[in-house]
Amino acid sequence: MNSLFKWLIRNKKHLILLLTLALRVIILKEKSTMISNQESVINIDELESEFTEGVVKAGSEKLKICFQCGVCSGSCPIARFEEAFNPRKIMIATALGIPDRVLKGNTIWLCATCYSCQERCPRDVQPADVIRTIRNLAVRRGITNPYFQTICGTIVNHGRLFNEEEAEFFNEVRADMGLPPIPFLDLEEVTKVFQHTNVKKLLTVEDGEK
Amino acid sequence: MKYAYFPGCVISQRENSFELSTRKVISKLGIELIDLEGASCCGFLLGAIDHLSSTVMAARNLTLAEENGYNMLTLCPACSGHFTRVERELQKDSKLLNAVNKALGEVNRKYKGSSEVKHITKIFIEDVGVEKLRETVIKPLKQLRVAPHWGCHIVKPSEEILFDSPENTRLLDSLIEATGAECVKYLEKNTCCGAPTMGVDENLAIRVVRENLKSIEESGSDLIVTVCPFCHLHYDLYRGRIEEQYSEKYEMPVLHYTQLLGLAQGFDPDELGVYENRVAVDDVLEKIYA
Repeated sequence: MNSLFKWLIRNKKHLILLLTLALRVIILKEKSTMISNQESVINIDELESEFTEGVVKAGSEKLKICFQCGVCSGSCPIARFEEAFNPRKIMIATALGIPDRVLKGNTIWLCATCYSCQERCPRDVQPADVIRTIRNLAVRRGITNPYFQTICGTIVNHGRLFNEEEAEFFNEVRADMGLPPIPFLDLEEVTKVFQHTNVKKLLTVEDGEK
Repeated sequence: MKYAYFPGCVISQRENSFELSTRKVISKLGIELIDLEGASCCGFLLGAIDHLSSTVMAARNLTLAEENGYNMLTLCPACSGHFTRVERELQKDSKLLNAVNKALGEVNRKYKGSSEVKHITKIFIEDVGVEKLRETVIKPLKQLRVAPHWGCHIVKPSEEILFDSPENTRLLDSLIEATGAECVKYLEKNTCCGAPTMGVDENLAIRVVRENLKSIEESGSDLIVTVCPFCHLHYDLYRGRIEEQYSEKYEMPVLHYTQLLGLAQGFDPDELGVYENRVAVDDVLEKIYA
């Protein structure tokens, strides 16, 4: 051991080579963990072009020209505090056709639809509308969110964010304040329109139960 | 000036004071409201599961106003924003227009596109004018420093909404200044209040509003003024939740713009539903009546 050490001191070239090799091994190891953290490896089996086409056909053609500048994420009041919600990543994953990365967890349901991204996107991709379209497609795949199911259930079944019983209560409060009652709504009319658009099949909640 | 009044769900549900104060202040501005019989939800939130149904729902409400012959007035920027976006989309997209009219045909309705929808503040700016608004002020609120919070849907997306400039909002400031009050600048002036995520992730929604409140408090204002029932509710209702989550107390009161204007027009706080606000407004009233 002692002689090896002495030999290395004498042959400085070999020492430097050995140290460089060791450093390389360390760097490579670091890099591989970085890659797995960022999920930047795309598995070809994940790709699903129908997903991209579905979003594009629904009116978001410009998704294809997104150049990943990140202005959407930088402007987003939600991304600021919630790492799981990142509009730039949603755009690229949708453009590439990787639905699993977009539809996992409650990611797409976190959008506040404040249109900050839409306002600033230099490519006019309209990220907020893209996310709305993704939500529509997700629901058709049976992926949904309990809050949106509940409020949409109430709207579809009662025509408003509240049912008839609640309306009666609100009207009492309004009368006390000297306000006229909530306008009469012919629920049958709303029901007929929704029968035509067939929206009820997208509801997993019977009657917007809370 | 007559308008068809579109009530909107959140107003009649939890923010009646916005409607009450509106009905008071417009009586001084020569505006008359015709209640829109048959009005439903505007359809905005339904867009999350089905864009077509959400568009049809808006279009049906618009046909009510067309029938009625007046332009529509709303208090909720989510409603007015949705209606305006639907109008623009139906102008451009004939396929969608056909689909909408097919659905409306089931109830013998047809969307023509002849009515216009305006938020109350847009009516103040464009149809009434700031000058005329100022003329109705009999008790200038010179003592007050106000943090204006426009919210999102009132100005964004701007290429469709065509009102104020989202990056440099000025119009709410001018409406507030008409009452004699002074506007303060604060960092989060044009930031979303966080309300829309309340149903999906409560902690996150509270985090957003807390950040806004922090910035408003630093600005040294006496109160926040909103024009959106969602913003008002989110600023006003969840102070307890913020305290729970962050052990921080924020006592900054929130008024609807129409309440502020009403106070300047000499109405009693009670007539404007000021005591319906959850965060106490006593300090503000004290400053006004001192």
